[in-house]
Amino acid sequence: MRITGARILWETLVQEGVDTVFGYPGGAILPVYDAMLDYPIHHVLVRHEQGAAHMADGYARASGRLGVAIATSGPGATNLVTGIATAMMDSSPILCITGQVSSDAIGSDAFQETDVTGVTLPITKHNYLVSSAEEIAPTIREACYIARSGRPGPVLVDISKDAQIEFAEYERDRSEVRLSGYRPDLRPSTDEFRSAAQMIEDAERPVILAGQGVLKSNAMQELAEFVNKTNIPVAMTLLGIGCFPASHPMNLGMMGMHGEAWVNQAIQESDLLLAFGMRFDDRVTGNLASYAPNAKKIHIDIDPSEINKVVRADVAIVGDLRETLREVNPLLQEQSHSTWLEHIDVLKQESGIRDVQNLPGNGRLLAAHVIHDLWQLTQGQAFVVTDVGQHQMWAAQYYRHDRPWTLATSGGLGTMGFALPAAIGARFARPDEEIWVIVGDGGFQMTQAELATCRQENIKLNIALINNSFLGMVRQWQEFFYDERYAATPMVNPDFVKLAEAHGLTGLRVERRNQVESAVQRARNTEDTVLIEFRVAQDEAVYPMVPSGADLQAMIRRPMNEVKARAPRSKSRVE
Amino acid sequence: MLNKATQLEQAERERVFVTYVEDKPGVLNRVASLFRRRNFNIESLTVGHTEEEGVSRMTIVTNVSESVARRIEANLYKLVNVLRVEELTDKPKVFRDMALIKVQAQKEARVEVLQICDVFRARVVDVAPEALIVEITGENGKIEGLLELLRPYGVLETVRTGHVAMRRGYGIGSRPT
Repeated sequence: MRITGARILWETLVQEGVDTVFGYPGGAILPVYDAMLDYPIHHVLVRHEQGAAHMADGYARASGRLGVAIATSGPGATNLVTGIATAMMDSSPILCITGQVSSDAIGSDAFQETDVTGVTLPITKHNYLVSSAEEIAPTIREACYIARSGRPGPVLVDISKDAQIEFAEYERDRSEVRLSGYRPDLRPSTDEFRSAAQMIEDAERPVILAGQGVLKSNAMQELAEFVNKTNIPVAMTLLGIGCFPASHPMNLGMMGMHGEAWVNQAIQESDLLLAFGMRFDDRVTGNLASYAPNAKKIHIDIDPSEINKVVRADVAIVGDLRETLREVNPLLQEQSHSTWLEHIDVLKQESGIRDVQNLPGNGRLLAAHVIHDLWQLTQGQAFVVTDVGQHQMWAAQYYRHDRPWTLATSGGLGTMGFALPAAIGARFARPDEEIWVIVGDGGFQMTQAELATCRQENIKLNIALINNSFLGMVRQWQEFFYDERYAATPMVNPDFVKLAEAHGLTGLRVERRNQVESAVQRARNTEDTVLIEFRVAQDEAVYPMVPSGADLQAMIRRPMNEVKARAPRSKSRVE
Repeated sequence: MLNKATQLEQAERERVFVTYVEDKPGVLNRVASLFRRRNFNIESLTVGHTEEEGVSRMTIVTNVSESVARRIEANLYKLVNVLRVEELTDKPKVFRDMALIKVQAQKEARVEVLQICDVFRARVVDVAPEALIVEITGENGKIEGLLELLRPYGVLETVRTGHVAMRRGYGIGSRPT
């Protein structure tokens, strides 16, 4: 059939299984919007294109499917950039479709013209400029395939306005996409399996470093089998959280800059690190020169460019983690590692004394307590979306996930403003699940306009706004490393309760710990989106902390004098 | 303390990559952008058509360590338009750069300049009353050698193509499949 390029776009997207898109119309994308009305597509009108990209990302993280964002040319497209970069760093499969000025005007500095493929070249897995209708279908099919396969990532397709308008022949193409320069279905290289199994057998103090690759390759079951057979404890990266049950006795918790002290200590003392689908980010390793000095490393990753990028691997296996573990698991010997595990238990007990959960707030509301209570009140079953900063680290430490795919957070890029739009996206992927947004007052204000999207779409979110009236994480760095000179971190905030109400949503305020439960329960029992502002202590820091670039074991711990000053007389709460 | 193998691995030296890419708009930009973004320095990059329609061939020369070379290769493969990468550094190969050199050559100097060119098997491709353009093909050292000898006569202008490389023998090695 002969149809317009705009219709070809929707035909192809529907064929690819797309039913929800997040976007914002404008001149250069109008033909696409006009054609959209004739297709079974739910369009979510965002308030800023950055929100559209984060929503597509949140949708992808919550569903494992492709998220789609649409924007017009020029400023519409450049507003996507932060969201695209976020998806790139965290390997999230999103497709961004942008309008472009007509092909005869490209390069002339036309109204709302930007070289969008140029701008997004280093922050996309791949991108395309399409200037004829007949290219649209094959390009969209390729784009979807590239975004979803291998190590997933964002793909952008920039479509000139004339290509949207002109007619071309369209037949549904059911063949598989084949690209001569892109072969992501890597089979693990078999020769390394035995040497890996031998190293695992020989190790006395092994630690598994589980990253998002476990989730992306759906290797949760295989990881559990690996652990049950070898009794090797599992440390997780921020994005790996959920890939191994938090309540499993072999779970150590999160590693890295704000990881648990015993996790980092165990990594430093280890003689074998098993890196499963993680990339040794600097927030995970600290000083590379002193990182796990006595450990051999087995690195399994689907992306060959991650091997030996940061840490030299003694055995490297490039391939899908699930396929790899299926090959490795039968080669493993049953092990107990009792001495090593007992040693880690001792480290854990030392840390427990300093844990803020074991200290009273002494009249102050602490963010860590709020998140801990939220975890208990939701039985750990909520889908949690966090923003970036202190609350994010407390959420990682105190909201314990037993199920995979229940945490969405901006890890690699650390994008403030991510939480609210990403949660809106997640809502469309998981219409019936309880979703909690945990967000700070700084990040919330970066994308708070999307409250209007919540209203317009009539969706239910629970927003826990952790308000300390500071850019808390920056404030913490200023306290620790800049002589307590608080440059540009105190915030004068709006009345968040009124802000929620102004959007036709419910706003609640909590100032004491004994109000937390009733507010959380009220939010859970309200049909609409509810924002709870938790007014928390301003001067609380996230512990432990490995200063940027410091040795991983050189953590700043909660000072013992503070622990003693705060500790209740009865020691009953101290484990 | 670095052991010998690690030292060798970290030693920077000239490395040659032959990269087959799809002949599509922006591919050169993608490759160049990759080197810039990952902070890999390019010594030279040449690109041209191949015997196969729709496929271009790049010769990339860079001065890096073994581990960085492996990362370059892996990162090149991540580009969708890159079909195949082969490192020719330690392979038997023909490795050529071409230069055009415009050199002053007035009456009395002209004979000497021509003699030097002869020794280097460089060709004179343009003659003007006061200057010659000399074309020379060869490895870097040869071209540098000629330039050094011509400099006293007054080198007015030079242009170089950058390196191209091809594996010796019958094997075609890096042809995309």
